[in-house]
Amino acid sequence: MRAFRGEPSVYGDAQPAKRQAELKIEGLTLIFGGLMALNNVDLDVRNGEFLSIVGPNGAGKTSLLNSITGFYRPQKGRIIFNGEDIKGLRPHEVTKRGIGRTFQNIELFPGMSVLANIFLARHLYCNYRLAPASLFLPSIQKEEVRHRKIVEEIIDFLEMQPIRKRLVGSLPYGIRKRVELGRALALEPKLLILDEPFAGMTLEEKEEMVRFLREINRRWMQTTILVEHDMAVVMSISERIVVFNFGEKIAEGPPEVIKNHPEVIKAYLGEEA
Amino acid sequence: MRLRLRPCGNYKESYKEELPIFETDFGRISSLIGLILLFFVIPFVFGSYNLYVLNHVAIYAIAAVGLNILTGFTGQLSLGHGAFFGVGAYTASILMTRLHVPFLPSIFAGGVSTALVGLVFGIPSSRLKHLYLTISTLAGQLILEYIFINWESLTCGASGIILPKSTIFGFDLQTDRSFFYVIFIFFVIFLWIAKNIVRTKYGRAFIAIRDNDQAAEGMGIPIFRYKLISFAISSFYAGFAGALWATYVASISPEPFTFGLSIEFIAMIIIGGLGSITGSVFGATFITLLNEALSQGIGYLMNLKAFTGMVTIAPFREFIFGLVIVLFLIFEPKGLAEVWRIVKSSFKLWPFSY
Repeated sequence: MRAFRGEPSVYGDAQPAKRQAELKIEGLTLIFGGLMALNNVDLDVRNGEFLSIVGPNGAGKTSLLNSITGFYRPQKGRIIFNGEDIKGLRPHEVTKRGIGRTFQNIELFPGMSVLANIFLARHLYCNYRLAPASLFLPSIQKEEVRHRKIVEEIIDFLEMQPIRKRLVGSLPYGIRKRVELGRALALEPKLLILDEPFAGMTLEEKEEMVRFLREINRRWMQTTILVEHDMAVVMSISERIVVFNFGEKIAEGPPEVIKNHPEVIKAYLGEEA
Repeated sequence: MRLRLRPCGNYKESYKEELPIFETDFGRISSLIGLILLFFVIPFVFGSYNLYVLNHVAIYAIAAVGLNILTGFTGQLSLGHGAFFGVGAYTASILMTRLHVPFLPSIFAGGVSTALVGLVFGIPSSRLKHLYLTISTLAGQLILEYIFINWESLTCGASGIILPKSTIFGFDLQTDRSFFYVIFIFFVIFLWIAKNIVRTKYGRAFIAIRDNDQAAEGMGIPIFRYKLISFAISSFYAGFAGALWATYVASISPEPFTFGLSIEFIAMIIIGGLGSITGSVFGATFITLLNEALSQGIGYLMNLKAFTGMVTIAPFREFIFGLVIVLFLIFEPKGLAEVWRIVKSSFKLWPFSY
């Protein structure tokens, strides 16, 4: 169904070739001191797919995301994104190659408005240098207006118009998660990584969020990785689910398969007596 | 065209209309009137002493704006800006006395050389954060102070440098009034540039680094590069102000560029308001006027019969200075910029209270 509301132009005219995202992880191992956070992990993310990663606390889900986005430096293995090994790149270089993310414990900029937070993420696409910027030349003004328009489209799409000038620090938790999603979308990521975007939300907020995520994935073919504890959400939204436990991948498959996978049941409920 | 002095709603029809610095025509007109007063009335009404104080206000304001970009916007506290001010002053003086470089190129060279020095002292910011970085900038201050005093072949050490007469486009800059024009033209230009920097992607990146550097990096901002840019811009402002100051007072020695001056700059931006360009100007005005008033007052008291022989009254100046900063931190931590905002909005609402 076509909804009559904001459709970000950066997504709307869907240029599939430009938004191609293929991630291949091979033998990734991450060790903190004596703790093996990730043990020889292999993972494939296909273009246009909605992949969920689940697992008990401490299973290594966030460690995996942080390794992909460059915040952690894994000791072994390869992370191939669109044919390039991105392991060991700094986070901002990973972002530049088209991987955008949200954080587990909301990492917004509390002193900035919703608008400014999302605007910041357009940084990669602001093509100007310091000298003309310091004189605020007409070309700069044009560029600023162009990005403002894109930011407004994202605000429109996520239905945040009434709060665009509010400081993020003053917003309720569930809305902040939505601002964070907006900020990640403003990066125009080829691969969108969401770290527990549903945590601490009310039921209504979860339903809204599911609606947004489905739309960006189904209509605009946004390749997405979701890490989430809410099983109801994960089961209903994912095309494929990967289950982690103690730093290892224990199962992989579509929701129906995962639901009845013996290893998964063991990891979550313990062994049968 | 109809003026919208006090619009009672949002009448904007394009995103472009959201770009200007002043939101209302009232703001634009009053600042225009302010500029006219500044350039066409004040220099002719005020006496030499008052102009001298005003010139100092503007010079310190330029430096304070620079420090505010680094500390208030980017969140990197610098204890070295007193020395950076000195680097600009020395560069300009040495160029003018030894190489006979004219006034304008010298002061710009003062700014540029200080920007380079600032870049060097900004390098530790790739690894160090918060207090640790602050201490490394303190090291910068002490190293530069040492150089000012001990590299005698270059800086003439403690005896200092006497500068030649400054000229600009053939005009002699000798009176306070002629310097007033030079200083305030640069003051207005640099204020405008600072405002532009903070409202484009650079300013957004600076604030993001201040608020949450990890997230900033996750949003594609090369934080080390932006910290260096901030250091460079900030020290350029400090150095330029220092160069202006040196040419204005026409003689320099290592004495003024001490740690105490660094602290005064920090006091200016705290009292004015961290993260506010106009606030830095308020802070610089306040501190400079306070300094002037205190030294005048103390001088007067010391000459009174009752106090003669009591040298102990001199530290009173530092005491009041500290007291004012503490009071500000307690009663208006957001600084004079916030006071100004409150005053403006209560005028707007008058006679109602909200």
